[in-house]
Amino acid sequence: MSIASLINRLPGGVAQGLIWGLMALGVYITFRVLKESDLTVDGSFATGGAVAVVLTVKGLPLFVVFPCAFIAGLVCGLCTGLIHTKLKIPAILSGILVQFGLYSINLHIQSSAANVSCNPDKYNVLLSLRNIPKAIIIGLIFAAVLIVVMYWFFGTEIGCAIRATGNNNAMAKAQGINIDNTKLIGFMLGNGLVALSGALMAHYQSFSDVSMGRGAIVIGLAAIIIGEVLSEAIFKKGCSFYLRLFFVVLGGVVYYLIMVLILWLKVDSQDLKLATAIIVMLALAIPNFRKGGKAC
Amino acid sequence: MLEIKNVTKVFNAGTINEKVALDDVSLTLEEGEFITVIGTNGAGKSTLLNAIAGTWPVDSGEIWIGDTNVTKLPEYKRAKYIGRVFQDPLLGSAADMWIEENLALAKRRGQHRGLKIGITEEERKEYYGLLKEFDLGLEDRLSAKVGLLSGGQRQALTLLMATIQKPKILLLDEHTAALDPKTAAKVLETTKKVVEKNNLTTFMVTHNMKDAIAYGNRLIMMSGGKIILDIKGKEKQNMTVEKLLNRFEKASGEEFTNDAAILG
Ligand SMILES: Nc1ncnc2c1ncn2[C@@H]1O[C@H](COP(=O)(O)OP(=O)(O)OP(=O)(O)O)[C@@H](O)[C@H]1O
Ligand SMILES: [Mg+2]
Repeated sequence: MSIASLINRLPGGVAQGLIWGLMALGVYITFRVLKESDLTVDGSFATGGAVAVVLTVKGLPLFVVFPCAFIAGLVCGLCTGLIHTKLKIPAILSGILVQFGLYSINLHIQSSAANVSCNPDKYNVLLSLRNIPKAIIIGLIFAAVLIVVMYWFFGTEIGCAIRATGNNNAMAKAQGINIDNTKLIGFMLGNGLVALSGALMAHYQSFSDVSMGRGAIVIGLAAIIIGEVLSEAIFKKGCSFYLRLFFVVLGGVVYYLIMVLILWLKVDSQDLKLATAIIVMLALAIPNFRKGGKAC
Repeated sequence: MLEIKNVTKVFNAGTINEKVALDDVSLTLEEGEFITVIGTNGAGKSTLLNAIAGTWPVDSGEIWIGDTNVTKLPEYKRAKYIGRVFQDPLLGSAADMWIEENLALAKRRGQHRGLKIGITEEERKEYYGLLKEFDLGLEDRLSAKVGLLSGGQRQALTLLMATIQKPKILLLDEHTAALDPKTAAKVLETTKKVVEKNNLTTFMVTHNMKDAIAYGNRLIMMSGGKIILDIKGKEKQNMTVEKLLNRFEKASGEEFTNDAAILG
């Protein structure tokens, strides 16, 4: 349990935390903008990873691999959105159904293999844990670009319509917004980003695994809430949408560093998920007990 | 401008809770008519308003707005023709969005929403002017979250949103019922001003007989899913609460049972 070993693990923790933070940006779209709990992400994260690794192993260039992973995520979100809006099944159940079904789909994508590796020596990967500084830089570039694009998008007419839908269905309809469409777009974009992060994670760890997305929703929520707690502590009066998105990514990094710390403390790794669940539960509960606070 | 032809709406059809909320209702509103709607609790006032707005499809009959048959159009498509203020001040605006963003959403009602910027600089100037006219003290708070406003301010803002693009019909469902009397009176006055300025065809449900008499140029009373009284012109101008109660009892053969309406 030497300090040196902890410090050694930090850069890798930052790199992985950044990728989880990017995924949390996707969760933010459904959870905070649309105000729906979308459990598709556990499946779509793995879908992104599966698509990325399989295409990489096929020798396709990076500029094909990552857009394809993103598009796969859009399709996952489209499925959840259609089940929710057309079949009138609650969003949370729609997400669970799609996530469950995606397990089979992901196995198909990986030709029935539970995991597929893409060794950086043999294949062209964007980032890898063998070069952590590069992985961190790529993570930061993705974060910067995604934050700028999200900031722009949610300021457009359609972006505002999606925000209005999440805020108030009655108002959105009265203002002529087709809330089925805005919800569909929200689910699609959210899962597109999640799948894109799954692709980054798969390259980073040099393999994709059909269960690599297990618990992704909880990690996403943890990142969002840690980010909100931090931003509220720093900016008491609230902050711009740019900063809020930045804090979501930061929340992912902080979350993962906490995990690194817990592991370093030699907490049994099988207890990690329980620890995360308890942390997220407390974080979700706190606003409900604050005076005048509202439930999320 | 608005034509309702033989509209019927039954809730929970075929169950023991079956309720005929609209029973073969017909009503025509001319352009610029400001109709006030009054009636006992459960008479079908809100149901009629929701039928016009398209909250759910009606069971039979037709609804026309201008030359458009909207009977089968979903609510969000009808919104192109309709401005609406709800009874609940929280329902009409998006709490987490800024005042100017709410207005910009309303400004685009019935238009295609694409990847253009959601609110332009010129619009901001326009909204500043409009809010100033409304005299809510909100013109300098364009980028305040709507959730921070009082109920009265939110209702007035919703009214501005409903009329920022001239609607073919303005629907108001007891939009002052949740406000304190002073604020309610102010919002009603603002309503009157906006309606007159834009010559809006207006359908206003109210629980207050005095208001129903004082505002608008036509009054209908509903009972048991039917329109039982329709008063316009001179007769409407000379109406009093007593006369109205009298007419109601004759028309329906029962006593008026809406305490708020009589006391208010
Ligand atoms: N969505 C619904 N489902 C079932 N029944 C409904 C529904 N909406 C209205 N009703 C019933 O239809 C009848 C008419 O209701 P409505 O809300 O139109 O009355 P109202 O005239 O607006 O009364 P109030 O003065 O209380 O607002 C009532 O018996 C009501 O219970
Ligand atoms: Mg009503």
